[in-house]
Amino acid sequence: MSDKRDMAKEWIRRPAADIFEDKSGITLQADMPGVSRERLDIRVEQDRLSIDGSSVIAEPAEVQTRYSEIELGTIRYQRSFTLNSELDVDKVDASLKDGVLTLRIPKREQYQPRKIEVRMA
Amino acid sequence: MFTNINNFEAGLFDRFRRLEREMDQVFGQASSARFSTTYPPVNVAVTEGRIDVDMFIPGVDPKRLSITLHKNLLTVKGERDAGMEKGVEYSRKERFGGEFHRAVNLPEDADSEKVDAAYENGVLHITIQRRESAKPRQIEVKSPVGE
Repeated sequence: MSDKRDMAKEWIRRPAADIFEDKSGITLQADMPGVSRERLDIRVEQDRLSIDGSSVIAEPAEVQTRYSEIELGTIRYQRSFTLNSELDVDKVDASLKDGVLTLRIPKREQYQPRKIEVRMA
Repeated sequence: MFTNINNFEAGLFDRFRRLEREMDQVFGQASSARFSTTYPPVNVAVTEGRIDVDMFIPGVDPKRLSITLHKNLLTVKGERDAGMEKGVEYSRKERFGGEFHRAVNLPEDADSEKVDAAYENGVLHITIQRRESAKPRQIEVKSPVGE
């Protein structure tokens, strides 16, 4: 009886994330197990980047015994980040593989490392 | 007879859950590292004919997962490369990285010959059939011989 109620429930969770920087930009990785591409939404509004993905944990009917550490029903992974003005928000590249979201955000042209050519005299 | 599936732990777990829910209400949002001491988190659902086990292990190569069922002890071993990029500067590092080893006690009638595993969107789903003898049987009452 209580199971049906639980299955319809929506849980909001903050996904674990790694953020690292190299010379040309930053990479953000977030764990979103169970999220497929169709159920993932990424938005950029001014300097704010938001990620929102949902995962449905289905369970067989007529469960006799259950041991549960994962919320049943819909888990919504939501999180937002403030982006540094050095970053070029128009060039965000996103990929989702095996429940891990990877976002690559390059630095704006003027912040990219440049090689200075030395002219021969 | 199936109640031996971590009865005590499940009870303990319920208490944690309740406490956590109360904390959620106070602080608004729960942290993501809730089950870090027992990575990856697992769900076990036992139905009449089978046992369904779900584990949240995003970002692993399924070929590098080792899944074994010895008697009724299910063991999943693997490794995650998360957070190990070289030559970069981390400003946030929350994802689990390294080796993990999770063992789950299943009901005693779990059939180690009939196990299937699939990995999709970072969720490992394992299905174990239960031995026939465990299913409830309808017993017919015979009429006495000769009547």
